[in-house]
Amino acid sequence: MYVTIVGCLFCLTVITVLAAFIELGVLNTPLALGIALLKATLVVLFFMHVRYNTPLMWVFAAAGFFTLIIFLALLMQDYMSRDWQRPPAEFLL
Amino acid sequence: MSSNAQPVALNHQFEDLQQQYEAANMGMWAFIAQEIMFFGGLFAGYTVYRFKYLGAFIEGSNHLPIELGALNTAVLIASSFTMAMAVRAAQQGAKNPLLRWILATMVLGTTFLVIKAFEYADKYHHGLLPGSSFEGSGQLKIFFSFYFAMTGMHALHMIIGLGLIVWLIPKIRRGTYTSEYYSPIENFGLYWHFVDIIWIFLFPLLYLIGRDPWPIM
Repeated sequence: MYVTIVGCLFCLTVITVLAAFIELGVLNTPLALGIALLKATLVVLFFMHVRYNTPLMWVFAAAGFFTLIIFLALLMQDYMSRDWQRPPAEFLL
Repeated sequence: MSSNAQPVALNHQFEDLQQQYEAANMGMWAFIAQEIMFFGGLFAGYTVYRFKYLGAFIEGSNHLPIELGALNTAVLIASSFTMAMAVRAAQQGAKNPLLRWILATMVLGTTFLVIKAFEYADKYHHGLLPGSSFEGSGQLKIFFSFYFAMTGMHALHMIIGLGLIVWLIPKIRRGTYTSEYYSPIENFGLYWHFVDIIWIFLFPLLYLIGRDPWPIM
């Protein structure tokens, strides 16, 4: 089974390198990140044995990643929206 | 083993081996959650500056040798595989296969660091090491600051991992780990796989941004 997983990981690495050279516009980054996420999921579930572990360990394993996603999402909703609206001049000190 | 005999590997504060194993496993996952937040700060800084200075990040990414990055990804995935096999050998209480698989992991980890060292030397010779002699725009300097901070912190984790293998090897040789008690091997495996996962994300984020179509052809 580990051989199958490592084979999948090698294939996905080749795919992600090839995909980087194909012009997909805005889709390049989501594709590269999606493949990375898939690879990370395979490692976590099989190499790190979460697949066969207790529900408590599922929660522990997911908590770190989940918190990071919240962190990044809130951070970027701040940075990406900063220039959307400037307050009227009379409100600026 | 009869039910009232105490297994040698069981520490007195635990009910049974299963509980002892789960406690060790859970502690390691709590540590990994902390590590995710630690690297998360670097990933967050990277995300903000990539959003602001995408052009410089594309330029910087095209300075990085994609073939070495891909090779290192393969080396690290292979080392994760050998580590998974080492943990399996430990579960079965097979001492010599465990030793061989963990030595294979060590060799692959060292290979990764050697390739990384060549990449760092190449950056230095091309004046891409952030500092007073940096040859490039300020925005490009930010990209390379993130490159060195993120891969450097990753490489530091690899070096710590290799140090832990050196610490584990004599214990393995002494037969410390059995099919009843192998949590240190299991937990070291979790650490090693986590470091692999970090690289799985670093590789596309640093090496694969805005590649020109087929420059190798």
